Amino acid sequence: MIESPSGFWGPVVWIITAVVALLIAYFIRSRGEKAHKKGVQSETFLMANPSLPEGKAHVRAHNIYWGFFEGLRKYYDPTITAHTGIVNDYIIWFIGVIAIVMIILFVSGGI
Amino acid sequence: MDKLLTHSPILIIAIPLLVAFLTPLIGRASGKARNVLVVASLAFVEFLVIILARDIYLNGIHVYALGAASPNLAIPEHFMVPVRIILEIDAMSIFMAIIAATVALAAVIYSLSFMKQETGQTRFYTLLMLLVVGMFGMVFTGDLFNMFVFLEIASIAGAALVAFRTRFADAAEGGFKYIVISAAGALMVLFAVGLLYAQYNVLNIGALANAMQFSMLDKIALALLIIVFAMKLGAIPLHMWVPDTYAVAPAGVSAILVVSSQASMYALFRVCFTLYGATLNMYTVGWIVIILGMVSMFVGVTMAIPQTDIKRLMAFHAVSQSGYMLLGVGVGLAVLGDPHALATYGREAMSGGIFHIINHAMYKGLLFLTAGALFYRVGHRDLNRMGGLGHKMKITSIFFIIGALSIAGIPPFNGFASKFMIYESVYQFNPILAVIAMLVSLITLASFAKAFQAAFTGPQLPEYKDVKEAPKSMLIGMGILAAAIVFFSICPGLIVHHIVEPATDALINQGAYVSGIMGGTP
Amino acid sequence: MIGGIPFNGPFVAVAVLVGIAFYIMVSKRNMIKLVMGLSVLASGVNLFLVTLGYREGGVAPIYTNAPAGIMVLPVPQALTLTSIVIAVAVLALMLSMIVHIYRHTGSTDSEKSRIMKG
Repeated sequence: MIESPSGFWGPVVWIITAVVALLIAYFIRSRGEKAHKKGVQSETFLMANPSLPEGKAHVRAHNIYWGFFEGLRKYYDPTITAHTGIVNDYIIWFIGVIAIVMIILFVSGGI
Repeated sequence: MDKLLTHSPILIIAIPLLVAFLTPLIGRASGKARNVLVVASLAFVEFLVIILARDIYLNGIHVYALGAASPNLAIPEHFMVPVRIILEIDAMSIFMAIIAATVALAAVIYSLSFMKQETGQTRFYTLLMLLVVGMFGMVFTGDLFNMFVFLEIASIAGAALVAFRTRFADAAEGGFKYIVISAAGALMVLFAVGLLYAQYNVLNIGALANAMQFSMLDKIALALLIIVFAMKLGAIPLHMWVPDTYAVAPAGVSAILVVSSQASMYALFRVCFTLYGATLNMYTVGWIVIILGMVSMFVGVTMAIPQTDIKRLMAFHAVSQSGYMLLGVGVGLAVLGDPHALATYGREAMSGGIFHIINHAMYKGLLFLTAGALFYRVGHRDLNRMGGLGHKMKITSIFFIIGALSIAGIPPFNGFASKFMIYESVYQFNPILAVIAMLVSLITLASFAKAFQAAFTGPQLPEYKDVKEAPKSMLIGMGILAAAIVFFSICPGLIVHHIVEPATDALINQGAYVSGIMGGTP
Repeated sequence: MIGGIPFNGPFVAVAVLVGIAFYIMVSKRNMIKLVMGLSVLASGVNLFLVTLGYREGGVAPIYTNAPAGIMVLPVPQALTLTSIVIAVAVLALMLSMIVHIYRHTGSTDSEKSRIMKG
């Protein structure tokens, strides 16, 4: 158990609480519709379109979070261009950051 | 047993080194004997690390002088300064060694079947042993030049392992970038070591800390050391090599490279807390580390969202999580001079950052190993082409879920425990930092939901109809790390109290490190 | 604080070498030239290490039949030897990786031969 000034984190308590909550949910579910048999009822109705053939129904990775990506375009364009993949640019960043940190250390501490 | 304990520091470094040179010899005779030798030696090293850890937690700092009449004789008679190569192991060093031993053992067991189809496996295991030697040497040594040598050993072995599968075009490119960056950085470390030696005429970290006056040349050396170690651990804006390198390495090697980067983080902390310690302007250097951490967190995780290569996505997350560790320990460094703040939240922030190191090694190692299992069965790393793999690879998907929930900081896993400590204490230092950290945690969950959805969920695709579950030894390797995660999740208080807090106290207490070498004389 | 070092010539040479090395590494796109730049950087740092050990009028640090007078510091010379050996290994590894990159992509230009970006 980890103590902190504003509370504590005890995973055993959390797990017991979660198990109790899941038991209650299972109990409520088991009181449901007893007449439903798996696979016998019809397929779920999806937006009045015929279901897609095999292999086309899966959302591919570059489409996920499209909205997030487009919304932050102004941040992403310079950042992705900065990741050029050229080794010489890596050395430029290295020297640049060393220079900045040296200047900060000199200014703050005095020469 | 006592002799084993006294000599365990050098045995932990020497046994993998000896096995690295025995492996080509035994590998000529039989592949199975070589595999048994490698796994057995790493298991024995883990045992040695555990008994050494127990001794350090009971009895304090362990000093080992190479070549002296007795191992504790750091300063010989009639000498004022230590003259030999000295291994000085305090609680923080043995903390990193525990991580290195466990992840290396899991990764080697995993690689037994991952690399089964490759030629030149003997060279692979030789290089792996050398990488392990480099990691252990970097965390055990008490000597600054020795740290440079082991840094180079780890970099060379690591780069050769990254470029191992030369049939892939991008593997050679990843390895080239890694070795150029490491070589340039290590030469700058040597330059800084030369600067420090020129002034004080000692190379030993404890003796240097004793003699340090914060002159102008020392500031130049500090800037060089901080930035080179920040580059080796993957802090923005020096992180560009991380995605290129971690993506193309064989999966077990990616997991060990994560720990190697964390050994560089250990070296950064050693330089800031122990070598410079009380003499430097802690508030400024602390804020430099905090800014590096904050930028790493944010840019790392936002760059991970548009990625479509699964290991490149995980590599950006490695950059982002390093930001958490830098943030936690940076807050501790910034308030090191203020005893009240240190006791209220500084120590807890540092403990959170250091606990995050071991958590990150476990769950990031597990995630890389699962990505390697996917690559092994499917043949590529492209998330755009994967789908519905959870139907056949059930155990791999459970391990991926455990790793993904851990890295996102979802209770009850161990990622939440260390992030909880970091949030609570950093909030008292500066609320904005904690808010940005929580936002980053949210985006982490989002990107792993993307990876899980793209790779594992969805209907069974026709091209992956005969994909099977990952082989047994890969499951065992992943299982070791998953068991460690579950253990850390159920009793984090035990881990924090017994392993992490001694490491925090060892970093804060510069005097104990110095008197371990100089024998208590001020 | 650096007592006894007579003149600044070698240190100026170190600065020039390190400056040239970083200029080469930053501006030359050919990967072999980049490796050459790294080699010049290694030479600069090794020269720095040997120079900082020099004491004015000092003799080689060998005790057998040593002439009278102070000796130069032997420790930086040991550090330099270690660094030269490590640089040899690193150089060999880098050049072999360039050969593999050339075989796969047909070019040694760091911009034209890159596959991973973004």
